[in-house]
Amino acid sequence: MTLLGNLALWLALLVGIWGALAGFVGGLKDRPDLARSARHAVFAMCAALLVAVVSLEWALFQHDFNVEYVAAYTSRNLPVFYTWSALYAGQKGSLLFWATVLSVFGSLALVLTPRHHRALLPHVAGVVSLVAAFFISVMLFGQANPFQRLPYTPLDGNGLNPQLQNPGMVFHPPMLYLGYISITIPFAFAIAALLSKRLDTDWLVAIRKWTLLSWLFLSIGICLGMWWAYVELGWGGYWAWDPVENASLLPWLTMTAFLHSVMIQEKRGMLKKWNLALIIGSWLLSIFGTFITRSGVISSVHSFTQSSVGYFFLAFLIVMGTASFALYANRLPLLSAEAQLESMVSREASFLFNNLLFIGIAFSVLWGTLFPILSELVQGTKVTVGPPFFNQVNIPLGLALLALTGIGPLIAWRRASVPNLQRQFAVPGTVGVFTALILLVAGMRDFYALMAIGLGGFVVGTVVQEFARGARARHRQYGEGYALALGRLIARNRRRYGGYIVHTGIVILFVAFAGIAFKTETEASLRPGESASIRSPYGWTYRLTHLGISQYDALNRQVTAATLEVSRDGKRLGVLTTEKRQHVDALGRPTFQPSTEVGIRSDLREDLYVVLGGVVNGTEQAVFRFTINPLVWWVWYGGMIVALGGLIVMWPGGSPAAKRSQAGYAVRLVGTEAKT
Amino acid sequence: MTRRHDATLHVDRREFLALGAGSFLSVVASWRQATPQSPDSLPGTGPSGRLWDPARAGRPLEPVNAADNDAAIQAIEKQLHCTCGCNLDVYTCRTTDFTCTVSPAMHQHVVGLAERGMTGQQIIDQFVREHGVAILMAPPKRGFNLAGYFVPSALIVAAGLVLTLVLRRWARTAAPERVPARPLAPAGTSEELERLRGELDRLSV
Repeated sequence: MTLLGNLALWLALLVGIWGALAGFVGGLKDRPDLARSARHAVFAMCAALLVAVVSLEWALFQHDFNVEYVAAYTSRNLPVFYTWSALYAGQKGSLLFWATVLSVFGSLALVLTPRHHRALLPHVAGVVSLVAAFFISVMLFGQANPFQRLPYTPLDGNGLNPQLQNPGMVFHPPMLYLGYISITIPFAFAIAALLSKRLDTDWLVAIRKWTLLSWLFLSIGICLGMWWAYVELGWGGYWAWDPVENASLLPWLTMTAFLHSVMIQEKRGMLKKWNLALIIGSWLLSIFGTFITRSGVISSVHSFTQSSVGYFFLAFLIVMGTASFALYANRLPLLSAEAQLESMVSREASFLFNNLLFIGIAFSVLWGTLFPILSELVQGTKVTVGPPFFNQVNIPLGLALLALTGIGPLIAWRRASVPNLQRQFAVPGTVGVFTALILLVAGMRDFYALMAIGLGGFVVGTVVQEFARGARARHRQYGEGYALALGRLIARNRRRYGGYIVHTGIVILFVAFAGIAFKTETEASLRPGESASIRSPYGWTYRLTHLGISQYDALNRQVTAATLEVSRDGKRLGVLTTEKRQHVDALGRPTFQPSTEVGIRSDLREDLYVVLGGVVNGTEQAVFRFTINPLVWWVWYGGMIVALGGLIVMWPGGSPAAKRSQAGYAVRLVGTEAKT
Repeated sequence: MTRRHDATLHVDRREFLALGAGSFLSVVASWRQATPQSPDSLPGTGPSGRLWDPARAGRPLEPVNAADNDAAIQAIEKQLHCTCGCNLDVYTCRTTDFTCTVSPAMHQHVVGLAERGMTGQQIIDQFVREHGVAILMAPPKRGFNLAGYFVPSALIVAAGLVLTLVLRRWARTAAPERVPARPLAPAGTSEELERLRGELDRLSV
């Protein structure tokens, strides 16, 4: 099967190169035969890559340890679930996964894009083929071929890193990859629009679902990554501003900026240059993230092993960045706005400031991530840029962005009058101020936490007001009950009200982040029967009694489990178990260092987070770390609400009026109005 | 639910769905009741016996002492970067997977310096002398490092000012093109205004 996989990779490369040539030439020379050939090339490349994936999975499930990748990432006793996910657990497999998913997305884009965008499709096929061919050539020429064989056959493989043996890691990397990869489709349409000089709002309509899909995958991937880090890594947090985490945040920030600014182009025909630059920039950032993860140029706990693969990506990044922006610069004269901003106090202006903050945060994250390299170049000394730096720079920017999340929807398009502003801001402003005052009176003194929760109250006030007004209008006009009116309101304008649901999720995330300011932690070494206490920021005291340690063998690991009885203010709550796991191969040989399995007791207010550090002198006396993390569940709920809002926005259908206005009619109307 | 003359039960779709949902909920509820944490079967309290295989529990540890939980020591350690390659600070690393041997040694060094009467800043300075500035979790605010802290904020402020000026110019140039305001027609009734608002809400993106 590995021979078949290798053949499939070579075939995919050749077909990909042909697809790129045929696509670009067919599009530029208006040759339908070449355009058709490019389309078929993408389908053929997709089929060949799927064959390669099946071949690798076959080798993984057959435990063909003569294949270097199979020996490096699996073992005979690895659960089936993780044997499947080993496909993308290592550098080489993940490259294959990436190229395959890109070809699948490319094929879907070619099939699903409506006929009236046909002129763009040859170029789209060209870009998809080019990018996929690059990934395949990295595998074949960058010593990253997943089908490479060893000169001998080990009895068993190394097994999968224990920290990757977690359900979060089965779903988190593919989601993130899907997010990164799907940005290529909007990028391909942007390049197609530039090449074909069809720079009206049409190409934006063609990519709307793809940009949302990409943003949704990135959002889910980032949230799943935070959850995995929290439950698996054991350091008691979910975001450490690690370079690889930052790399995933960068395209998310620029895509979010795009999802806001694109509304101005659709509605007013403005910001065409800006939107194109955002799409190109988002795609380049996704390739930059790949470079960071795979080059080892910046140290990260999440990165793959250091290899020369990263430099292929650096070269690709430079070439594609230069080519894209050169083309962009060449087409700038064709990208003039169809309307002008009429007032500083308008929805358009607030969206521009919102974009400024998104891009500003993206820049500060990028700057902080690269600053160690910059410092080494300038000062000759490498510095560490950790969470204190990122928090100091980004928390104020994040709070300003949260404020704009509430302000934007309250300001009218084109021009807002003073009475309109008073009417719009009265309720949300009052809610925000009262929220902050109540917390202040209750004794909260952390400035940033107060600001985050107060501004959160303001944004929630805005969202509730928008829903209430819309539902009331429907109730009065159509006589619908309020619940029905609310449902129909969302159903008829999914983009607007789904967006408000996303805003609500973002507020919940910010409030949850503020909870970390009240984190409490302590260490204790306990013999069986001994207890330790830890005081919660809510005022109550947890008592944890060590019940003892048991050791047993499980599927592919030897477990040392410590059990603690938990009580709160004298009331028994239950037990918590935390483990040390020594993973072994099928022959019982240890494969990795012992890893920690955290014990977590969650409720809506806080998490009690217990880590077994180890044992003293080989006895049951154990060293524990106890942490109280307030509001952590709200991070997961916030993430789910963001995803739900994103799904509502993406859901097909909606009212014809909303569709018309989203399809560029508003732009034409404004254009007509300006001429008359 | 009705019984037909041929003794079969006729269940309409709504009843069927309600029955299905009820059954599902009861199964979930009984599962939740049947799977509470079962503490009584777990090991009880007793003397601190030896483990069957201590090697499985990772690196042997020392009992926790007062210095390990000292808030001042922790505050210092949270500013120091563990050099094991984990990207974490010393406190977080030594209390995370407990396999690292670098962070416990750095912790002992911090405790040793504190016992010699050094202040927090003096301890940090000592680490910088020994390891260079890369030992700090964030670069010190001096020299080129100031660029690290202030370039993003300065650029955002500058871009904000430029954006404001550009927007004002756009707004000024757009203003004369606007159709001169006509005298306002008599305001509609509140019902009409609400209908208008409803329509605008419905059509707005």
